[in-house]
Amino acid sequence: MWLSVVASEGMARDTEVLVLGGGSTGCGIARDLAMRGLEVTLVERGNLTDGTTGRMHGLLHSGGRYAVSDQASATECIEENEILREIAGHCVEETGGLFVQRPEDSDDYFRQKLEGCRECGIPARVLSGSEAREVEPYLADDIKRAIEVPDGAVDPFRLCVANAIDAETYGARIETHAEVIDLLRDGDDIYGVEVRHDSGPGKRTHATSGTTEEITAEYVVNATGAWAGQIGAMADLEVEVRPSKGVMTIMNVRQVDTVINRCHPKGDADIIVPHETTAILGTTDEEVDDPDDYPEEQWEVDQMIDTLSELVPILEEARTIRSFWGVRPLYEPPGTGTQDPTDITRDFFLLDHADRDGVTGMSSIVGGKFTTYRMMAEDIADHVCEKLGVTATCATADEPLPGSENIATLEAGMDDFGLRSPVARRSKQRLGSRASEVLETDEPNPVICQCEGVTRAEIKDAITQSGTDLNAVRIRTRASMGNCQGGFCCQTMANELHPEYDEEMVREALDELFQERWKGERHALWGEQLSQAMLNYALHATTMNRDHDPASATSTVDFAAFDDGRAERDRIDGIRGGR
Amino acid sequence: MAIEDDVLVIGGGLAGATAALAAADKRMQVRLVSYKQSTLRHASGLIDVLGYTPAGDGPLVDPFDALADLPEGHPYERVGLEAVREALSFFDEIAGDTYDGGHTDANALVPTHGGTVKPTARYPVSTAAGLASDDRDTLLVGFETLPDFEAPLAASHLEAAGAPFAARGVTVRFPGIVRDDAKVTRYAHLLDQDEAVETTAGETTAREALADIVRSQIEDEARVGFPAILGDDHANAVRADLSDRLGVDVFEVPMGPPSLPGLRLEDLLYDALEDAGVRVTTGVPVVEYETDTDRRIDHVVVDRNGTEIPHRAEQYVLATGGLVGKGVRSERKRVFEPIFDCHVPHAADRYDWFVDDVFGDQPYARFGLPVDRELRPLDTGDEPEFSNLRAAGAVLGGYDFAAEKSGSGVSLATGYVAGQRAGTEAGR
Repeated sequence: MWLSVVASEGMARDTEVLVLGGGSTGCGIARDLAMRGLEVTLVERGNLTDGTTGRMHGLLHSGGRYAVSDQASATECIEENEILREIAGHCVEETGGLFVQRPEDSDDYFRQKLEGCRECGIPARVLSGSEAREVEPYLADDIKRAIEVPDGAVDPFRLCVANAIDAETYGARIETHAEVIDLLRDGDDIYGVEVRHDSGPGKRTHATSGTTEEITAEYVVNATGAWAGQIGAMADLEVEVRPSKGVMTIMNVRQVDTVINRCHPKGDADIIVPHETTAILGTTDEEVDDPDDYPEEQWEVDQMIDTLSELVPILEEARTIRSFWGVRPLYEPPGTGTQDPTDITRDFFLLDHADRDGVTGMSSIVGGKFTTYRMMAEDIADHVCEKLGVTATCATADEPLPGSENIATLEAGMDDFGLRSPVARRSKQRLGSRASEVLETDEPNPVICQCEGVTRAEIKDAITQSGTDLNAVRIRTRASMGNCQGGFCCQTMANELHPEYDEEMVREALDELFQERWKGERHALWGEQLSQAMLNYALHATTMNRDHDPASATSTVDFAAFDDGRAERDRIDGIRGGR
Repeated sequence: MAIEDDVLVIGGGLAGATAALAAADKRMQVRLVSYKQSTLRHASGLIDVLGYTPAGDGPLVDPFDALADLPEGHPYERVGLEAVREALSFFDEIAGDTYDGGHTDANALVPTHGGTVKPTARYPVSTAAGLASDDRDTLLVGFETLPDFEAPLAASHLEAAGAPFAARGVTVRFPGIVRDDAKVTRYAHLLDQDEAVETTAGETTAREALADIVRSQIEDEARVGFPAILGDDHANAVRADLSDRLGVDVFEVPMGPPSLPGLRLEDLLYDALEDAGVRVTTGVPVVEYETDTDRRIDHVVVDRNGTEIPHRAEQYVLATGGLVGKGVRSERKRVFEPIFDCHVPHAADRYDWFVDDVFGDQPYARFGLPVDRELRPLDTGDEPEFSNLRAAGAVLGGYDFAAEKSGSGVSLATGYVAGQRAGTEAGR
């Protein structure tokens, strides 16, 4: 067992390393350090993936996107891309990607892109326009040619959760719904944080809602991304993070099976990522002041459709389900002075506040991108180990994440699970190696979410992990994320909480989920989706009367004043001679 | 050669069927054309008239009290209180003994599958014994393979809603259902046909097997409620049979789509259309129209499997539904009525089409056509778009049927008035 050297200063610390932030970076760091044998606590304001990780387009970069402008990032991307395919195959769909050139796009840039890919070790092949359309029939007729690269689609939710679960296996404490309200600073040393606990869902033991807790640590890692500046400010440290918002618009079906990028220097609305049963259009890049409060604007959604229809014309008439926004944690060293956020580097920065500010005990990690989360985590873990005098080395590139082993066995046995195969196949992909454990049940296992083919067993499994937080159940299973946006299945999902949770808790959980689904749906409210919204409203308000539920109302209903049907029944009984 | 009728009704839901029946009642030759499946299959089959005022007061004991005070432009205000009463009587006659509630002006409170209660003026006879405004203790029975209805949860919810009786729920396995994802019609047919099923005690029939399972669950409840899957063509017989075997009243709790009570209401209406001699063509869209003088429709063109057939009538009724039924459609920058391009008022910015609270005062829920008191759609200058076109049902604007619980009542009242006026005009 590793012995703490710093603790010899006399103060007993709650944990060796305290990681702030439950996104991909934070969870990646927690896993890395825990695997090296360190005692780790991670605190997250909301739930895992609530920040930027759960609000991205799901692209596993090949690096092609950065092959001209930022070759260091491009090289990192292809290396990590290959590692993630190995350690997290169940979270990755190897779709491949195309950089497509329109007639007005520069030939010179196309050539630079191709050469850049080759220089960075990114496998790249040129396809003619007709070859590209053979791969993706909906590409516009006037697409000149394309470069094929190994882009992929990745499920950031599962990947992030897999890291967290593995960290726990190695002894980490993962504390969600625990918001940092203060950094504990003694002179020029940061030695922990104060968190305020919120009521947390699930079987996890959470502290009482509203109570605060001081968590002390040998070392603190600020991995809160776009929120890193806010954390820094608690200890009077300036972290010059520049949050930049981007919209993602979700289509109802998967119009393309390959990631489609536009082959031009830079621009908004130039990527389409197929993702399970949908396609996600992205994105914009606009600096915002507050990562928690920024305008979600109509022009952004319109731009996705208008601009990307130039690559895939059927998008103009296709049905969008919803739009969501995410905030990039962009950073650039003070004095760089870049005006346009699209020009800010996607590289990451490790800011050791001892070197920068003369304040020991904490580093902040900013910038970077999802695809290279593991490499960032490794760098930070190395840095923390150096600070703490630990010599253990990183093992995260070699150890598969939970759920990724036994894929072959599962594929062979999938048809035996008592589920129709398309459902089983999708369930299997979602569950990884836990598929048989979850799906082999003697109980009836009806489909709860028809759009996404999610069964009761999966919902129940997610509930054992997430409790009454149906948004977390949704994220784990994709239930309520299809065409109907939960109109048909929110209530059935909530039903599965009972009887473990009582009626009032179920009612609240349902209200919360339904409201959340509406939140994203609002940005796609025209055409089919407006029609769907009205149907959903009618199902919940007309058929179920959930908008005037007497159980939730303050006033009571005088049932006796209403028609009780008795007079009618008596009349009928009179005619029929009674029963 | 055009197909000629006195009255042509476009749309085959509750409003369209009622309009066609009301026009036929005037001894006119009536044709009904519809394109999409009607939204009745989504509906609970309840005939609500007004459960809450537009301001949200309610549940209303007496909808008629509040009907007099509705704002100008509300469909009920357009047709007037008496027309609502007449339309309900008209429906009661069509429905005969398949619906209850006509004996009183008071609303009934019907338990919903989510466990709330909903105010309604008329209800299918299959739900009559289950009213939440009836104080007898209640057992709710759900099925393991029907996840939409969690009976123990619905029972707790009813109690939380203050229902004046003890409610208890149990979940059992439905005999004879082998697939976890059987459609609700499969349950209904098993009971309709009283099919042979295998049980641990040997072969028996579906109704007997179901009764055997439920009998042991009853304590001293006076009535037992099931999700609305108790038969389709022979629902009354199934319910009576189960009731006899169990020795208590049996009722159905209305469910979400596909809804058997909604489908039964559709059958009821189409049987009535056939009896009334209305010619019905389904699955055909109206694709064009021609006017003669500038504000009069001469004929419409119906696409029948690729062949365009003109249909001419004296009078036309538009009952194509709202946003759900696609009688009102939208694009990113506009909301429109797709057949005649009638005026649909809406904000220019689509971010003004909704509010943030999902159950808030939603502008989109009120999208539809403004009409005069003759139910003729009005253009931007408040003039009738056409002299011989009336509109009925959810295609009308100016009301939020989901919040008010007024969808069926508005369809009945406006369908009745539009059909009657069209019939009268055509007979002149």
